[in-house]
Formats: sequence, structure tokens, C-alpha cells
Amino acid sequence: MTPHPAPETGPILGKLSLEALPLHEPILVVTFIGVVLGGIAVLGLITKFRLWGYLWTEWFTTVDHKRIGIMYMILGLIMFLRGFADAIMMRIQQAMAFGGSEGYLTPHHYDQVFTAHGVIMIFFVAMPFITGLMNYVVPLQIGARDVSFPFLNNFSFWMTTAGAVLTMISLFVGEYAQTGWLAYPPLSGIAYSPNVGVDYYIWGLQIAGVGTTLSGINLIVTILKLRAPGMGLMKMPVFTWTSLCANILIVASFPILTATLVLLTLDRYVGTNFFTNDLGGSPMMYVNLIWIWGHPEVYILVLPLFGVFSEVTSTFSGKRLFGYTSMVYATICITILSYLVWLHHFFTMGSGASVNSFFGITTMVISIPTGAKLFNWLFTMYRGRIRFELPMMWTVAFMLTFVIGGMTGVLLAVPPADFVLHNSLFLIAHFHNVIIGGVLFGLFAAINYWWPKAFGYKLDVFWGKVSFWCWVVGFWVAFTPLYILGLMGVTRRMRVFDDPSLQIWFVIAGIGALIVAAGIGAMLVQFAVSIWRRKELRDTSGGDPWDGRTLEWATSSPPPDYNFAFTPVIHDLDAWYDMKKRGHQRPVDGYRDIHMPSNTGTGIILSGFCLVMGFALVWHIWWLVALSFAATIVGAIYHTFNYKRDFDIPAATVTAVEEARTRQLAAGA
Amino acid sequence: MSAPTMNANAITADAPVQFYDLDEHAHPEGHSTMLGFWIYLMSDCLIFAILFACYAVLGGSYAAGPAPKDLFDLKLIALNTAMLLFSSITYGFAVLQMQQGKVKGVQIWLAVTALFGLAFLGIELYEFHHLIEIGATPQRSAFLSSFFTLVGTHGLHVTFGIIWLVTLMFQLSKHGLIAANKRRVMCLSMFWHFLDVVWIGVFTFVYLMGVLR
Repeated sequence: MTPHPAPETGPILGKLSLEALPLHEPILVVTFIGVVLGGIAVLGLITKFRLWGYLWTEWFTTVDHKRIGIMYMILGLIMFLRGFADAIMMRIQQAMAFGGSEGYLTPHHYDQVFTAHGVIMIFFVAMPFITGLMNYVVPLQIGARDVSFPFLNNFSFWMTTAGAVLTMISLFVGEYAQTGWLAYPPLSGIAYSPNVGVDYYIWGLQIAGVGTTLSGINLIVTILKLRAPGMGLMKMPVFTWTSLCANILIVASFPILTATLVLLTLDRYVGTNFFTNDLGGSPMMYVNLIWIWGHPEVYILVLPLFGVFSEVTSTFSGKRLFGYTSMVYATICITILSYLVWLHHFFTMGSGASVNSFFGITTMVISIPTGAKLFNWLFTMYRGRIRFELPMMWTVAFMLTFVIGGMTGVLLAVPPADFVLHNSLFLIAHFHNVIIGGVLFGLFAAINYWWPKAFGYKLDVFWGKVSFWCWVVGFWVAFTPLYILGLMGVTRRMRVFDDPSLQIWFVIAGIGALIVAAGIGAMLVQFAVSIWRRKELRDTSGGDPWDGRTLEWATSSPPPDYNFAFTPVIHDLDAWYDMKKRGHQRPVDGYRDIHMPSNTGTGIILSGFCLVMGFALVWHIWWLVALSFAATIVGAIYHTFNYKRDFDIPAATVTAVEEARTRQLAAGA
Repeated sequence: MSAPTMNANAITADAPVQFYDLDEHAHPEGHSTMLGFWIYLMSDCLIFAILFACYAVLGGSYAAGPAPKDLFDLKLIALNTAMLLFSSITYGFAVLQMQQGKVKGVQIWLAVTALFGLAFLGIELYEFHHLIEIGATPQRSAFLSSFFTLVGTHGLHVTFGIIWLVTLMFQLSKHGLIAANKRRVMCLSMFWHFLDVVWIGVFTFVYLMGVLR
């Protein structure tokens, strides 16, 4: 089961010893050397160009929602590369391991790879990406100066990062869970996973989960309390609506994950019997609880992107969104229904025909509001003057891809069919179809759409198109074989195969993964080329390069720290379009002081303590647990003694910034 | 687009429309703290909901070990409950003093509240100690695992509430009843009463109904 017995626990280092370093795994040693050299290079460059002070004061300690949003996106991108490396490793292993070949990954390593791939892609790629996006865009769309709780926002980001760092440490110190991304007991219990892998899993997610929950609360309050005058709920941009619903889902589901993982932790650390096989424990309780979080989680991921597609379709069709009201109600329906379907993840548990029928039907019902959304997007495009810019291309690709994923989802929602397809590669193909086709394509649409807002210049189109075609083609080449294999009954998480007739499909899937890799490479090139050519790509429209319709396009690109010198007053949905149409006059004098929150290092410091505590808990280094816990509490209390948390941007500064923009607008006109 | 009478907006297009708030005032500090804290409490409530659900499912899994009626001493629990309920009342008195602007009164009642809270914790620890001593440990059965976790999580919340309370007393003596401190008193008030509500659930669901079972 495990390569080593559980190590002894010492008083100073706990379970930690030199044996924890995976020196016997050449792949990890090479990766480690690469990471160390790359890390030294980056740190050296930062030191050489004396950027530490700049990074600390302008970025790490910032409470500006825009900068925090960008940092979330960078975190998501870095972790995406790690998660994709895991994916490629799995594809190569499965394409190789036929006809008696063991492939190149040991079972111990392979099981960690598929676990880490799932955990990282959901928690440390998709979540930071959507949180970053919402952080950046929502306050601008509602005409606010920042979020409601700017310090908490910074703290949330660093907690998410601390969780990601702890998960990454497991690559080089110890091991990661070998349980699959949801760590079902009894496999994840102490009896079957005696080493630290599951503990890394637990504490990485718990630390990041604090950040996610707090940022969910923060954004809900921001949307409810800080909308510009005149913006009633039914005048909010659709992206803000879907963000509101996604954050409500976060606050209503992440505590469930927290509690469930606490119970698993108690089973592992204290010896309780929640999910054990004896003394009354019930492993299926865990599976129920984790999916009561897990199903809403997939809607947390996709809802904001539904908002992105709505904004993009409307903007690039040059039309008001078709069926705004139905779009809002469809979003709310999905929000509620997402809590009534969790059991479809384990029809095979055998809850009986009535229970399975109920959950099968609720699952199918979700396709109705989702279908309504698709028709709304299509009708928005109908007779529109469509501009096929990159965001619109991603949106069309999403519509075609996501519909297939949705239909295979409805197939899986039929309980008798699910008994055949449960845990098969058909399921794997289905959820990648909706997550890549929905979440990732949406993120790429969003990045191409809002990049000019964040940085003041557009992304390079050529490399964007290369990336687009590689991704779309690569996705289908990689996952169509998995649908076919799944229908033939091949199950997930297999390391070796006996039937040689299956190999060709895995080879094709591997080729698809390589095409996707080319798409990722092209995207990185796109970013680099765009940064390099930023002068040529500069947005000369004064902040509104796409002829946008919502408020974020009303301010400059990048927006000033305070977002809007004067808060806009909203009269209509598509507020900025309304302002342009009715010939608004941008005020050019009479600026006032603007009240803003001050930066603080408390967030990064407290998260650092939590990271140390997480590491100490993983390795049972109890003195360090106590010390870092005390430091966290004392640090938090110390922070509450600071009452001076904001400052005024003087009117003179605002005037200088706004006059520069006035000149820029005059030059562009 | 061309015909100006096509839509409703065009009718008002000639009238001067205000597109910017030229005379705006910053949002008062902490204007959304109460809402934010309330939403936080609801997220915390969900954690308790899960623990209650676990107790509901696993609470009958004694694994041939002791059952509630072998373990629970309702007189002790009644005393404990009284301590917590009194602490909620005294916290209410602190808030009343705050509304009259009396710092000293607030501090006295907060101190009384903390004492009641400590008494509650003391009795709870005594109960836990007793249970463990007679072999009814959290490891003994799924029932006891879920019992200790539910009641213990509540106790942990009370502990943090007391730490917060003491911190707040320092802050009150340092800065008095400024707006920020008043807000903190109100947030802690919500937290404290919330714990009381949760405890009423625990008392009814775990202890009273447990003994009936």
C-alpha cells in the first residue's frame, strides 16, 4: 500500500527527517533542481533590479482590488502550469503502459500525480482565476472605489497563496495524497494513508478555504452595499449578477468543506470514528458531505464565466443582451438547484430507486436554465453586428463545446446509465468538457477582453489565434478518445492496461494533450509579445477599446487607484452605453479629496504564520504548531489595535491624474 | 437608432441628466461591517449545521458503548445552560450601557459576561473530563465522536469569544466609546448571542432528546 511505514515522531522535528526528501525519484529531483535554479534566478533578478521594496509596498501589501485581482490571476497561471504538467505526465504514462509495460511512473508517484492534478486545477487554478477576475472587474462594474473590506481582500489572497505554497511544498518534502482529489475515506483515513500526503491535502485546502470564504463574504457585501447611485439590482451588469450568485454559493458551501475536512482531520489526528469502518463510523457520510460542497463548487466556477460570456456576446454583437431578466433568473435558479443534485455523484452508492430518481431529475432540470442562457446568447448574436475579436471567438468555441459537455452530463444524470458510466473515462471526458469548455474558455475570453482595461494595451491577436486553435482542436483530440474509452468501460485513475486494442486511443489523447500544450505555449508567447509590443498595441480610445457597455469602460486604462474621480450615476442597464448614447460630459474640474484604505502588511504576515502552522501540523511538529498558532492570534489581535486604516488622496493629486486623462482623450479624439 | 422617438430614453434625452455624483460623500467608515459580520455568522452557522447533521446521522451509533442516557447529567447541563443564557443577558446590559454612553458600565457588564462564559467553559471541561475518565472518549464510538466535536466546537467558539471580549475591554479603556469600538461591541454581541442560539440547539437536540432516546 505504502512504500514506507509511518515514520517515528520526534519531539523537535515531528515526523520530518531526511527520508522525507524524495531523493529516490529522479523526476522529482530534476524538477526540484529546476525549481531551485529558476527560483534563484527570479530572486536574483528582483534583488539586482532592487524590486523588493517596490513589490512589498506596491503589490504584496496592497489593498487595491485591482492589484489583488492581478495577483490572483498570476497565482492561477503559475499553478496552471503545475497542474498541466501533471496532466501531461498522466497522458504519457497511460499511452505507454500497455502490453506488460509499467510505464515510467511508479504507483506511488502516479497516484499522487492524479490527485495533485485535480486538487490544483480546481482549488489553485480555477478558484484564483475566477476570484481574481471578480476582484478586478466587479468593483469597476458597479462604480465602486474598492471592495467593502480591503484588508480582508489582501488577507484572503495571501491565505489562498499560502495554501498553494503548502501544496507545492509536498512535491519536494514528503509526498502528496494518493487518494484522488476528494480524498474519500476509508482510503484517506489513517489506517490506509498513514503518511503525510493526506495531511498536506487537508491543511493546504483548509488554509486556502479561509481565504475563499472571506473573499466570498467580501464580494457579496461589496455588491450589495457599494453600487453606484441608481444601480438597482436589476440594473447590475450580468457579470456582477453571476458573481453575486457565485459568491453566495461560496459562502454557503465552503464552510461545509471546512467542517468535513475538520472531521477527517479528527479521524486522522485524534482517532475519532466519523468515517472509519468500525465503531459506528460511516465513510458514505463523508462522500455525501464533500459533494454537498462539491456540486455547488462547480457552479461557483462556471457562473462567473456565464457572466463573462454575456458581457462579451453583448459587446461584440453591438447589442443589448437578449433576455437580461431571464438571464438573471436563470442564474438564480442554477444557484438554488446546485444544492439539490449532489447525490448524482454516487448513484452507485445504492440509495434506492426513489432517492436516485429525485436526484436524477433535479440534475436534468438544471439543463433548463442553462439552456435558456445559451438561447439568450444566440439571440443576442442574431442580427447583431458581430465582431470576431478573440473574446468573441472563445465565446463561440465555448457555446459549441459546452453544449456537448452539457448533453453528456444529462446522459450521466440518468441513474441506470450512470451505473454503467460511473467512474469511467466517459465521466472524466464529461467534466473536462464542461470545465475546460466552460471555465477555461471563459477565462481566456475574459483575459483577452479585460487585459486592455488592466494594462492599457490589447493582447496580440496573431498569437491569440494560434493559442485559440491549438486549444480548441487539442481539447477535442484529447477528450474524444476518453469518451469512447469510457463507453467501452475503461475506468479512471488506471496506471497500466492489459488490453492492447485500447492503446491507440490513449496515444491519440496524448497527442491532443500535446496540442493543448502548444496552445498554452502560444498563450505565454502572446503575453510576452504583447508586453514587448505594448506601445504599438496601446489602446488609444481612452479606456474603451471594444466600444463597451458597462461601467468599467468609463474610466481610464489602467484605472486610477480610486477608479472613478466622480462616482457615476446610473439610469439604465448597460450604463456606459447609455452615457455615451446620451452624450454625457465628463467633469473636468471640481475634484475633491478621495477617501481610500491604506496598505498593510498584516495579511501576508498572518498568512505566513498560517503556512508555518500548516507545515508543522502536517509533520506533527507540535511546538511549532503552538508557536505559529499563538503568533497568528497575537498578530490578529495586534492588527485590531490599529484604528487608522485609511487616508485621503488629495484633490490636487486627483486633478493631476484626471487632467492627464483629459489630454489623452483629446489627443485620441 | 435613427428615429429619436423609438425608445423611452430618447424622450428624456433633451432634459439634463445627471451622469456623475458631483457632490458625493465618502461612505461612513464601517458602514457595511454589520452586514459582512452577519454573513460571516451564517457561514459559521453552516459549520454547526454540518456538525448537527453528523450528530443526527451518527448519534445512534454507540458501537456497543455508552448511550446518552448513561452519560448525560441533565442537572449539570441545566446549570451550564443557565450560565450561558445569563451571559447573553449581561451582554445585553453592556449594550444598553453603551447606548447611554457609559464606558465603565460597558466594561463592568462585559467582565460579568466573561465570568459567566468562563463558568460555562469550566463546567463543560469538567463534563468532558468526567466522560473521558469513565471511558466515554471521542474515540469510543461514532456517537461520542460527533458529540465531542459538536459540543467542543461550540466551546471553542466561546473561548474565542472570551479572548475577543478581553481584547475589546482593553480597546474600550484605551479609546473609549468611539464609533469603531461601538461597532466591535455590536459585532461581538451578535457573535455571543449566536453562540447562545446554537447552544439552545445543542441543549435540546443533544442532551434533552438524547436522554429520551
